[in-house]
Amino acid sequence: MGKVTRIVLGLGAAAVVAAGVFYLSLPGLLPASKDGKAPDATTQVITTGEYLARAGDCVACHTHPGGREFAGGRAMPTPFGNLYVPNITPDEETGIGAWTAEDFYRMMHTGVSRDGTLLYPAMPFASYTKVTRADSDAIYAYLMSVPPVKQKNRPHELRFPYNQRELLVGWRTLYFKQGEFTPDPAQTEQWNRGAYLVQGLGHCAMCHTAVNALGGSSEAKAFEGGMIPNQNWYAPSLTSNREAGLGNWSLKDIHDLLQTGVSHRSTVYGPMAEVTYNSLQYMSDEDVEAMAVYLKALPQRDSEPPPTSQARLVSPNVMELGRRTYEKQCAVCHGDEGKGYPPSLPPLAGNQSITMASPVNSIRMVLNGGYPPGTKKNPRPHGMPPFSHILNDDEAAAVVTYIRVAWDNSGTPVEPRQVNELRKLLPE
Amino acid sequence: MMTWRKWAAAGMVCTSVCASAQDHAVPAFKTLDSMEARVQGCVTCHGQSGQGTSNGYFPRIAGKPAGYLFNQLVAFRDGTRRYAPMNYLVAYLPDPYLKEMAEHFAKQNPPFATQESAAVDATILARGQQLASTGDVKKGVPACISCHGASLNGMSPGIPGLVGLRSSYVAAQLTRWRVGERHAMEPDCMKRVASRLDDTDIAAVSAWLARQPAPKDPAPESSNLVRMPFACGSQR
Repeated sequence: MGKVTRIVLGLGAAAVVAAGVFYLSLPGLLPASKDGKAPDATTQVITTGEYLARAGDCVACHTHPGGREFAGGRAMPTPFGNLYVPNITPDEETGIGAWTAEDFYRMMHTGVSRDGTLLYPAMPFASYTKVTRADSDAIYAYLMSVPPVKQKNRPHELRFPYNQRELLVGWRTLYFKQGEFTPDPAQTEQWNRGAYLVQGLGHCAMCHTAVNALGGSSEAKAFEGGMIPNQNWYAPSLTSNREAGLGNWSLKDIHDLLQTGVSHRSTVYGPMAEVTYNSLQYMSDEDVEAMAVYLKALPQRDSEPPPTSQARLVSPNVMELGRRTYEKQCAVCHGDEGKGYPPSLPPLAGNQSITMASPVNSIRMVLNGGYPPGTKKNPRPHGMPPFSHILNDDEAAAVVTYIRVAWDNSGTPVEPRQVNELRKLLPE
Repeated sequence: MMTWRKWAAAGMVCTSVCASAQDHAVPAFKTLDSMEARVQGCVTCHGQSGQGTSNGYFPRIAGKPAGYLFNQLVAFRDGTRRYAPMNYLVAYLPDPYLKEMAEHFAKQNPPFATQESAAVDATILARGQQLASTGDVKKGVPACISCHGASLNGMSPGIPGLVGLRSSYVAAQLTRWRVGERHAMEPDCMKRVASRLDDTDIAAVSAWLARQPAPKDPAPESSNLVRMPFACGSQR
């Protein structure tokens, strides 16, 4: 073992111990072990770090499908070209083995890598900046404890001018606000915990806030929803009761949706299924409850008027085609009246994700079907089959129109053209 | 357990047009808390009992060994076998559930589709039969039956049956194996076979296989490692 290595290891161990001591000094954070003997401080910090890394869903991007955990290499398509996610295992040469806890915190907090390069905002440092130093240190301790993998990072393939990292200086000025989460004393401890998780490690704003042509999102529009670039799913607004606003949901339904993937109101599919599968199902009941409390309390912006009756007009022929298609293909699972058999089979009547302004998700579900994630609390989910090969554009548009306007649903009709555009995309 | 009124309704629709394979591909089930209900995500392509559908080249999965089906589901989930609609559907399903799905379809025994009958040149069919039954020693190609079973129903735990599949599906899979797009567990015996076949061989053996009648006993053969010509990772 070289001298440098020994020094680095020594510093790493010192940091782990220091973080451990810090943790032990915080009341209420350490779970009591069953046999009454507390595990040693290092183990506790690593366990906490593993949990927090789950909350941050690091594994989803930093692991190539079928590859070694955290070894990176996964392509992340962006409107500006492909990014390749780096190796964050503790390999000294190709991973982050030579990093200190300080380096790691600086990266999380400021979006600046150990060598000074500015990170692309595909790394959600605009959210992770809110993570506390103690939590960052715990995640660092955990990452240092996973098996190192020697795997060189693949260079990004961004188009000019996006491959010029200096441009990130401008981006950061416009869209990045550095700073740890500060609790709101006017709110409960539970609300603050939820806010910390949703705004910080959960990085929910990455999808649920619209992204503009520069890949930035505005804080003023936080959680107002938007298309997810390159995934062609619509991430609904969390602040509008016409979309996924949770103001009129029960806490239990929000909790169930996040943690198990199904609820009496709605079911997660697509990119949100990934989040539940890799991250939220592992969160403690207390933390999921806190997130639910925070999400439910988000200010609701119901300023947008419901669609006019003019906009909701459907031709009788389309309605009849939609009704017949629904009866033949959909009613067996979703019921004659669209009530479904929740939580196994989601309701369509009164389901905000069906009636929201963007019909993209409903059309995709009809074309490609989907399984909710198999989670600890719902390991054997019911699935919906694809209909892309059974329904033509007219039929699919008619049936989506039908479910958006039937049973007092307040959606608007969709056009066969919209189905056709989504049909050309591969399911993902 | 909930019994389904809708099932009766679906049944009534079925009485008039049940002869067409398509109607076996309409969602229907008796009890919500059952595997039958849980695998409705599969039925519009693979049919209610996994018999396949006439639409496209969706394969029969009924009665294939559970180990084979499980390996495919895992490969689709992890992206080592590529077909976007399948990769998407099973992306977030855990191993035990995929195993249960595999066992569900392995147990099904629906009727086989009518074999293909389009005119094919006799010399091509003869070549297909030769490859399937005796292989080609000069090319180092073993007979299909030496691994896929004397009646071509597959072999437990990991080798699929080849009867009841359309020629377009078999040809596509052999071609994908040959060009390295489809893999099995190492040692990948099927790659060794496919890379020794040319386009004519693939067309011939696919056409011949698709013309074979339904087997009397559709059960896969039991594992018989001694007799296999190549070592196969999927049999371990």
